[in-house]
Amino acid sequence: MGVLSEELRDQIRAQFPNYPNKRAVVLPALHLVQDAQRHVSIEAVREIAELLELHPSEVHDTMSFYQFFKDEQHKLGKHRVWVCRSISCMLRGGEELLQHMCEKLHVHPGQTSADGKVTMEFAECLGACDGAPCILVDDEAHMNITPEKADELLKSL
Amino acid sequence: MSTFEPTLLARINKPDSQLLETYRRDGGYEGFKKALGMAPVDVINQVKDSGLRGRGGAGFPTGLKWTFLPKDHPGPIYLAINADESEPATFNNRILMELDPHQVLEGIAISCYAIKSKKAYIYLRYEYGRSYRALKNAIEECYAAGLFGKNIHGSGFDLDVVLHRGAAAYICGEETGLIESLEGKRAWPRIKPPFPAIEGLFRKPTIVNNIETMACVKQILDRGADWFKSIGVPPDPSNPRDAGSYGPKLYCISGHVNKPGCVELPMGITARQLIDEHGGGVWKGRNAKAVVPGGISMGFLSASELDTPLDFNGPGKVGCLGLGTAAITVIDDHTSMVDVLFNCARFFAHESCGQCTPCREGTAWMHKILARIRMGEGQSRDLDLLNEVASSMGIIPGTTICGLSDGAAWPIKNAIKKFRSEFEEYIQTGRKTVKPSDALMEVH
Repeated sequence: MGVLSEELRDQIRAQFPNYPNKRAVVLPALHLVQDAQRHVSIEAVREIAELLELHPSEVHDTMSFYQFFKDEQHKLGKHRVWVCRSISCMLRGGEELLQHMCEKLHVHPGQTSADGKVTMEFAECLGACDGAPCILVDDEAHMNITPEKADELLKSL
Repeated sequence: MSTFEPTLLARINKPDSQLLETYRRDGGYEGFKKALGMAPVDVINQVKDSGLRGRGGAGFPTGLKWTFLPKDHPGPIYLAINADESEPATFNNRILMELDPHQVLEGIAISCYAIKSKKAYIYLRYEYGRSYRALKNAIEECYAAGLFGKNIHGSGFDLDVVLHRGAAAYICGEETGLIESLEGKRAWPRIKPPFPAIEGLFRKPTIVNNIETMACVKQILDRGADWFKSIGVPPDPSNPRDAGSYGPKLYCISGHVNKPGCVELPMGITARQLIDEHGGGVWKGRNAKAVVPGGISMGFLSASELDTPLDFNGPGKVGCLGLGTAAITVIDDHTSMVDVLFNCARFFAHESCGQCTPCREGTAWMHKILARIRMGEGQSRDLDLLNEVASSMGIIPGTTICGLSDGAAWPIKNAIKKFRSEFEEYIQTGRKTVKPSDALMEVH
């Protein structure tokens, strides 16, 4: 028994019929593993590779290209909070918001709060510019965020 | 134009607009049914006749793109939908997917029938969680209702639609980067030719289309090519390469306006109209110093260029790269263009995929030089240096595989040309506009 549970393996296998080859399941598999385990360990990479009939380096090559996926040294907290720093948010206080939230949690972007609840990150344009400045909590956008609203959001996590 | 009625956004404010039940009540999937009774080539011709040009940024005629597929190919042929909407300031596809996913799916179904594809992949950027859930539910509704699956409505046409989530990388919006990513690899764009229509996803003929384009296809099937062509701007006779700018367009408005949002208007509206009539004017009673016409890759309109029509032909006439995504960002006259350009350069340095050296190194150096200028430590040769780097990267000079580089270089060249005195002021006086938050974003 490896680091991937049988349930997780079944979820990955369930993706196979969607694609003409198993390599296309690399991204769905990485998502499934990171969602469940908050990172993708080297052992998990090996086990994904085995399931997809690939060399582990092929899975790792793809994984490392997308900074989205985190290894054992950069485990994610329970929630991931991204603050947009691109142009439309920058013009309406996005960078100051990032600073405020980092100070609140005593972290730098990429780090996780001491209680393990929140990993803070900056993001490039989140596509919610009609509500700038905006943040993403896991994959849910929150718009028109003031420092006060940010505090409330962090408290609710 | 006073009689213009929105069609693409007509349903978004209705209750439960994302559900199949309400969509069908509004006549949904009748266009798809109509298409199933036509020969695929006739569907292609209708889209061709409408003058529809792709809404993703490049503006390539959609029907014409479809005809590039090899004739009588045994299949499979794939439709890959580019829902990786990541160009800064652009969010029109998100609104369609979140609030009217069936309109998009109907466009996909019609397009698949036209190009004889039995499989569509929707490559959706990860950040759009709400779009993911809306589309996932809508796709499930379609299978349950027999609108997707085998032998749809007894027509003999089969269709599967797969929703595929990206992983937060801008380059996946480049069509061959998207294809590589969908295949499970790093999203390094491919050298073209072969173009995807000949050899694309899984090395099979593939059409890559944008979400808004799909919604337009649905509307064209419902209302006819003539309706679509009655809206917008005909080709500019002085530009032999202009194929016209027909149909309704979703314009995004963001930045320093009172009322940011997404509005549907006939192609050819001006930036000034968007700001004053639809964006509630520039905020805080200020004036606009600059406007990004369609995503930051396109460059800038200066305050004197705000009456430029935002059709496929207009922005190019005032030195912008093109219409791009038709997403305007308004920059007020209290804002430093050095700060704005630094932000753009930082974006591209972060998002260059690293495959081509001129882009990987060029975007990094442009970011560094602009950081230096913004620190008050710019040197008199820096503006020439920026121009030199910007002019040597991209498809236009012929040094890179994809257009990310051209989009990274264009705002640099544009800003230095149109706002040169601001950059010179920093260099000559040592003006400095760094913020405490900058230190937080140095690493990563």
